[in-house]
Amino acid sequence: MKKLLFVAATAAVTALPIHADTVAPTNVAFSDGAVSGSLTGVAGDPAEGRILMNKGSGNCIACHAVSALDDLPFHGEIGPPLDGVADRWSEAELRGIIANAKEMFPETMMPSFYKTTGFVRPGNAYTGKAAEGELDPLLTAQQVEDVVAYLLTLKE
Amino acid sequence: MKKAIAISSGAAALCLMVTPLLAEPDDDSLVINEELQMVTETEAPDHLEYVNTIYSGWRFRTDETQALQLDDFDNPAMLTVDAAIDAFNTVDGSEGKSCASCHAGPEDFAGLTASMPKVIDGKLVVMEDLLNNHRAKAMGAEPWKWSGQEMQGMVALIGLQSRGMPVDVAIDGEAAPFWEKGKEIYYTRYGQLELSCANCHEDNYGNMIRADHLSQGQINGFPTYRLKQAKLISKHNRFRGCIRDTRAETFAEGSDEFRALELYVQSRGNGLSVETPAVRQ
Repeated sequence: MKKLLFVAATAAVTALPIHADTVAPTNVAFSDGAVSGSLTGVAGDPAEGRILMNKGSGNCIACHAVSALDDLPFHGEIGPPLDGVADRWSEAELRGIIANAKEMFPETMMPSFYKTTGFVRPGNAYTGKAAEGELDPLLTAQQVEDVVAYLLTLKE
Repeated sequence: MKKAIAISSGAAALCLMVTPLLAEPDDDSLVINEELQMVTETEAPDHLEYVNTIYSGWRFRTDETQALQLDDFDNPAMLTVDAAIDAFNTVDGSEGKSCASCHAGPEDFAGLTASMPKVIDGKLVVMEDLLNNHRAKAMGAEPWKWSGQEMQGMVALIGLQSRGMPVDVAIDGEAAPFWEKGKEIYYTRYGQLELSCANCHEDNYGNMIRADHLSQGQINGFPTYRLKQAKLISKHNRFRGCIRDTRAETFAEGSDEFRALELYVQSRGNGLSVETPAVRQ
């Protein structure tokens, strides 16, 4: 119950209006697949990022195994394990890979978490119906920062 | 085993695309009713470029789920198939006929499912089309709903007459343009998640995606009894579910797109045994 309330509170916070300094999904500047500046100007919260690894539109462990999240069941085998990911990639590279991994790896299966255009038959979430109006990105700008902050804790 | 995946963008892309360990399907053998040996693994048909060996979805399931398909008395799909036998012999529609008025029994259709879908009079036809066409023209009966249990029970009953025979659908001649369309759909990355059938079922079969053990997405066991939904599931319903889960606008059951995809996916299973009614998770 405590956990549920916490998640609900998180949702309320992330539903706040986008801050004026937030970089829009269509305006992200990639350089060799990396994004050097924060998308929001607000430091990411690794605790929030940890939650997103397992839940909501993050659900990173559906495809990636993370030893530090061994308390959570069913880690996937689709993408590479993320142990030590902070030793292999810079903050800017991690931000770019989460926002749109196809900038760095054109063929990758990984969904683009901060992208809103260029889809084939985009749907209205998981209803199977056509999308109405503009799509929201899978993660908000701040959620991208939160996941980056969490991944930066994964050092060998 | 998968064929070496050709990637132009170099080694860096490989590390994000391909997992280091290749989880394979299990080694279990499927013998139904202690007498019918099923082919659940065989050489891939020539048209498959990236896969050497094809496997029935049965080989990716847990022992508990696999066991439900070993004996027809344990197979929960057989209740619906039994109802279809009754329906076969029951008069319906304005002409006062049943299936049995024209056909001696379901066994008359041995081998038909192994060759479906096929092109008839220039149209790509799947089993549901044949059944509803006959209901309309011969019986004067109302069409059955595509994924309803009356329809899928009858599709499974007809399919059961081919159980154990190798899937053998034609992809050349008149079928070629439909097959090409189905192939294009198979490799298109749909929806906000930008996932194609191939991303999961060709590049990653054998791997876990969250709690799900990815199969090759073969449809030789369809209609299949899906424990999650506790009923017989049509091929098109499963296609719809997969595309929906990419956060896409799906195609409709009974659409030309799904007929074409059905032909293409069925042809990826050429050589596996017809397995319907299978049991899956």
